[in-house]
Amino acid sequence: MFRLLTILAVFFLSFSAQAAESTPKLDIGKGGQCVEDPQFMRKNHMHLLRHQRDETMRQGVRTGKYSLKNCVECHASTKDNSVIAREDSFCVACHRFEAVKIDCFECHSGERKSAWLQRNAK
Amino acid sequence: MIDNTLNRRQFLKSSVGVAAVAVAPGILLYGMANGSSEGASAKVRWGMLIDTSHCAEGCNDCVTACNKENGLSGGVAATDSQWIRKIEIKEIAGGRQLSLPMMCQHCENPPCVDVCPTTASFKRADGIVLVDKHRCIGCRYCMMACPYKARSFVHEALHDQNPDVPRGKGTVESCTMCVHRVDQGLQPACADACANKAILFGNLNDPDSEIAKKIRTVASVQVRADLRLNPGVRYQGL
Repeated sequence: MFRLLTILAVFFLSFSAQAAESTPKLDIGKGGQCVEDPQFMRKNHMHLLRHQRDETMRQGVRTGKYSLKNCVECHASTKDNSVIAREDSFCVACHRFEAVKIDCFECHSGERKSAWLQRNAK
Repeated sequence: MIDNTLNRRQFLKSSVGVAAVAVAPGILLYGMANGSSEGASAKVRWGMLIDTSHCAEGCNDCVTACNKENGLSGGVAATDSQWIRKIEIKEIAGGRQLSLPMMCQHCENPPCVDVCPTTASFKRADGIVLVDKHRCIGCRYCMMACPYKARSFVHEALHDQNPDVPRGKGTVESCTMCVHRVDQGLQPACADACANKAILFGNLNDPDSEIAKKIRTVASVQVRADLRLNPGVRYQGL
């Protein structure tokens, strides 16, 4: 019995150590100073975005600092100007790691406005 | 101004303002409502006056500009989104022919807002009628309620949207009066694109705005005025 417990303990310890080490590999784009502390953003970005989207959409307040466009502006990859284009793109890598579906980009563009303008300037 | 005791600084400020409005009315007339932290103001009511006599038959510039600005395909099938379309009409008795653009009329009492079960369809404080796609469930009641057939449903998944104009499958959409441009102090893409200046955009509530002055002096009508929806879009020479 004791033997079995030891084996189990060793197994769980090694497993949790492994889990702590593996973190998603992100392309953070330009990065830099975020609007809030990164750890806070990891946990709460969805609440900030959700709160501000209603103010922007329904009341036309466009000066808030928690805008999705601002996220994209800083965190879109410097290679392809997108937060969703590749497996290691800023939004995709984390969401895939946590197995959370992102609905934002079914409507919203995950691309920098400047890149979109460049492609669509005829 | 209620306070009559103007000091020198205030007087200079206001006279400079008046001069600026006169020099560049298209840009500066609605400088006050732009991207402020208070958002859309109920003191403003955005509207359009469309001069049908200046609207050229066969010209599609406003439609093309709208499609480009908002990322629409430009298709005219029943399942394609059309935010603005050109209509050719003819008076049967007299034979007089007219061409005019038709889009969301941005009613003061919008039926689309009345029927929406999720309050996704709403009117902003400044009179622009929009769909909050975060709430839209795609039931399409608003499409049936709209007497102007102004709304479209997005049937297919979309890609490569304009970052300023989010659009997506399963939601209803219509002319936003280019709300993203208006909030930046620009005028809607269609008004910008019209070579004949047939579309006049401005603040209906400001008695000194170009559009308010013109509405006071020339005959203009609202389409289906009998429904008493008080649309923000008016037509001259209809």
